[in-house]
Amino acid sequence: MKYTLKIWRQKSPDEKGRFVTYEAHDVGSGMSFLEMLDSVNQGLIAKGEEPVAFEQDCREGICGSCSLVINGIPHGPDRGMATCQLYMRRFPDGAVITVEPWRARAFPIIKDLVVDRCALDRIMQAGGYISANTGGAVDGNVLLIGKDQAETAMDAASCIGCGACVAACKNASAMLFVAAKVSHLAILPQGKPERTHRVRAMLEAMDREGFGSCGNQYECEAVCPKSISVRFIANLNREYVRAGVVESGLPAEPESPHAESA
Amino acid sequence: MMKLDPKIPVGPLETKWDRHRFSEKLVSPNNKRRITVIVVGTGLAGASAASTLGQLGYQVECFCFQDSPRRAHSIAAQGGINAAKNYQDDGDSVARLFYDTIKGGDFRSREANVYRLAQVSAQIIDQCVALGVPFAREYGGQLANRSFGGVQVSRTFYCRGQTGQQLLLGAYSALCWQIERGQVTMHPRTEMLDLIVIDGQARGIVVRDLVTGRVSIQTAHAVVLATGGYSNVYYLSTNASGSNVTATYRAWKQGAAFANPCFMQIHPTAIPPGDEHQAKLTLMSESLRNDGRLWVPKMAADHRPPGDIPAEERDYFLERRYPRFGNLAPRDIASRAVKTVCDEGHGVGPGGQGVYLDFADVIERQGQDVVHERYGNLFDMYNRITGEDAYHVPMRIYPAPHYTMGGLWVDYNLMSAVPGLFVIGEANFADHGANRLGASSLMQGLADGYFILPYTIGHYLATAKLLPVGENHKESRAALQRVTGRISRLLNAKGRRTAASFHREVGKFLWDHCGMSRNKAGLELALRSIPALREEFWRNVAVPGSGEAFNQELEYAGRVADYLEFAELLCHDAVHREESCGAHFREEHQTADGEPTRDDTCFAHVAAWEYREHAVPILHKEPLAFEFVQPTTRSYQ
Ligand SMILES: Cc1cc2nc3c(=O)[nH]c(=O)nc-3n(C[C@H](O)[C@H](O)[C@H](O)COP(=O)(O)OP(=O)(O)OC[C@H]3O[C@@H](n4cnc5c(N)ncnc54)[C@H](O)[C@@H]3O)c2cc1C
Ligand code: SF4
Ligand code: FES
Repeated sequence: MKYTLKIWRQKSPDEKGRFVTYEAHDVGSGMSFLEMLDSVNQGLIAKGEEPVAFEQDCREGICGSCSLVINGIPHGPDRGMATCQLYMRRFPDGAVITVEPWRARAFPIIKDLVVDRCALDRIMQAGGYISANTGGAVDGNVLLIGKDQAETAMDAASCIGCGACVAACKNASAMLFVAAKVSHLAILPQGKPERTHRVRAMLEAMDREGFGSCGNQYECEAVCPKSISVRFIANLNREYVRAGVVESGLPAEPESPHAESA
Repeated sequence: MMKLDPKIPVGPLETKWDRHRFSEKLVSPNNKRRITVIVVGTGLAGASAASTLGQLGYQVECFCFQDSPRRAHSIAAQGGINAAKNYQDDGDSVARLFYDTIKGGDFRSREANVYRLAQVSAQIIDQCVALGVPFAREYGGQLANRSFGGVQVSRTFYCRGQTGQQLLLGAYSALCWQIERGQVTMHPRTEMLDLIVIDGQARGIVVRDLVTGRVSIQTAHAVVLATGGYSNVYYLSTNASGSNVTATYRAWKQGAAFANPCFMQIHPTAIPPGDEHQAKLTLMSESLRNDGRLWVPKMAADHRPPGDIPAEERDYFLERRYPRFGNLAPRDIASRAVKTVCDEGHGVGPGGQGVYLDFADVIERQGQDVVHERYGNLFDMYNRITGEDAYHVPMRIYPAPHYTMGGLWVDYNLMSAVPGLFVIGEANFADHGANRLGASSLMQGLADGYFILPYTIGHYLATAKLLPVGENHKESRAALQRVTGRISRLLNAKGRRTAASFHREVGKFLWDHCGMSRNKAGLELALRSIPALREEFWRNVAVPGSGEAFNQELEYAGRVADYLEFAELLCHDAVHREESCGAHFREEHQTADGEPTRDDTCFAHVAAWEYREHAVPILHKEPLAFEFVQPTTRSYQ
């Protein structure tokens, strides 16, 4: 099979980018999208030209490195998968495919299809953790966690931090990412003591980094490779309201035996 | 001349670690603030070590080449993590986990290290739970377990098929906390390219900022490498494409010893290779072997669809050869059995490189829903890659390079042959002998990082004489020169072949001659051929672009250059080891029915290699004494 690719090329953050057209020949249907790009790049390198820069590592949909907007959709046409899990059999022979980077104010372009997503890490550093020292943890079965609760926490924790949700959002909001992270920890008893601080600090960091606000359009859920549900955004909003109540000194709903240490 | 003292504490096995910890010197809290430790790597080993060292009060400079520490290769681990919790009351204990690991490693690891690993395993689970790792739970709220290849108890903790991800996110969140507190400075997108050794002590590294291309010097009081394994030397492996040998290889050239490089785990259940453009092999978790049955047609070159082959014409070869463990036989044994049936012409799928992994029986017994709940994400993954529906046709699988038991030599304190250079996680050689059991690498990475290194490094820092050093020290400058020299050589070769084409070639060579089974003639052929390929690489590699900018091809070419040297070391080690043990199968050393024969008289040692410029590396042997277990023939029949 063969394809025509229109790929965004941009030498550096300050330079202007543009689409460049490449032809991909002899593409097998068993090839992944990234392997197809690899083979285009091999051709460029052999000619002494700079290959198209793009990110990837695990190629199994779990590290969150790969990040391409394919035909206008982050991670391409299929739901619930990352760019690296996309196979060429998905595209008809002869198709024209456009490939662009994530576009968001908080994700400046480094080169071609590579963007800087450290803003997501800075949100995590603001409070996306449980302050538990190494050593001295109690036995893992001391606090029982119901299967449903553990599964819901796991649903949220599946987020691979790729940023597709941001790329898909008109406001470039990181709400789904933050919602996933906040919910994961807020659902578990171990995460409860710091929940008030956590939700506030992470949302403040999100604003600081230049992400927009949530417009309730839910494009994020549609492109999320882990199908993180927008229900977690509702949960995030509840956590935030609850944090306001706690701060104001009014009694929040009691949650023994793991009530907050405030 | 290098001297390798494993520094194993004397006395009873059960109390070695406790007594050792007590006898170790501590660094006073005030002094910790003045001590800088470099941690290279943010996988399970690196992230847990960096966060714990930060928590203890050291200043930590932490590096990874990905854009975020949470993308380290550990994220991809699927199946689970072992711990001797005995929550199932099925007879598990520290002693049993110890014994399983020693035996699984085919009696080529140190008793003391492995015992300590088993001892701290339980604590790891507690620590992870405290950090919010959402392990699978039973309805009653207790932690759930599953069983995993090569053992008969159920001691594996898991988070669906994403255990590595969740453990890494836990360690990463601990790291985030220490970054927020200012104890750890994180340097993502920064690659270590050399080690700085001053007065015989590891005192820093040379790094390249992968965005700007700037090369700089980082000095410290000690250096910890947690840079993972080197399976990608085979080109195709289950590892993330960025995993590489550069950090450990460059440290080797600066005086660390490389131990057992030929102990290379080939995982039995990966999706078989397709066309030549394939960039990686995808692992299908070992947990599938709990319910799936491996078989091939009894008749060679039988091209009927699997459904048309009646039961009596199928060879369930693992169940036949290893009735006691059946489909759960350890990885090395299962991989070789797959290779044998394929070499005999029974393989299925393109090129006859594959065997069936069939779920029909369990689906009939327990229903598709149960299988979906257990393995749904793996079946989806398989479907995406192959376009086939494994609920209805059996999966096809074939072995793939997966994990490296070999690595930099370390003593009981996890310190390498260079004082002040510590090596943890998959990057060291310590705990898995000649074969690693499933779910025990995550355990080892976190044991090293959370619970072992933070103690042992303290003793070194409290007792070593560490003079102030800086960027302008002549050894620092020399290391910087080495790095910039290599970069310009790569950029100036201006040849016609891509780095990937060399990588593929050396990988294929190793796979053919130093893969699942090896013989002297093949290894010697490889040793004769690799230098020529390397020579061509430096003459004819094409690396476009500049060194002072983001340049992925330059990064990659540098790693391939190291593979082209390292491949030789791998073969030297495989030639020297005239026995078959664990994953290392020498065709000359097998029984009449194809079982490996180990030689405890001549090879019960760790082979630690010392670098020599332009010469064959020097072999040092660390004898392995078995005081507490009796090496037996590892029988899974
Ligand atoms: C597909 C797959 C599934 C697996 N499943 C399991 C399982 O179920 N259970 C189990 O126990 N084990 C499993 N393993 C093995 C296990 O995942 C790894 O052995 C383990 O995660 C290695 O962890 P690590 O911390 O040592 O290294 P890694 O996670 O590989 O981390 C290496 C780190 O070093 C950094 N680094 C490397 N070189 C440099 C350099 N030169 N400069 C700067 N930084 C550098 C990287 O950026 C990264 O942060 C699996 C492996 C694979 C491939
Ligand atoms: S919520 Fe989904 S889309 Fe957003 S970062 Fe996480 S995995 Fe990616
Ligand atoms: S490369 Fe890791 S998620 Fe795509």
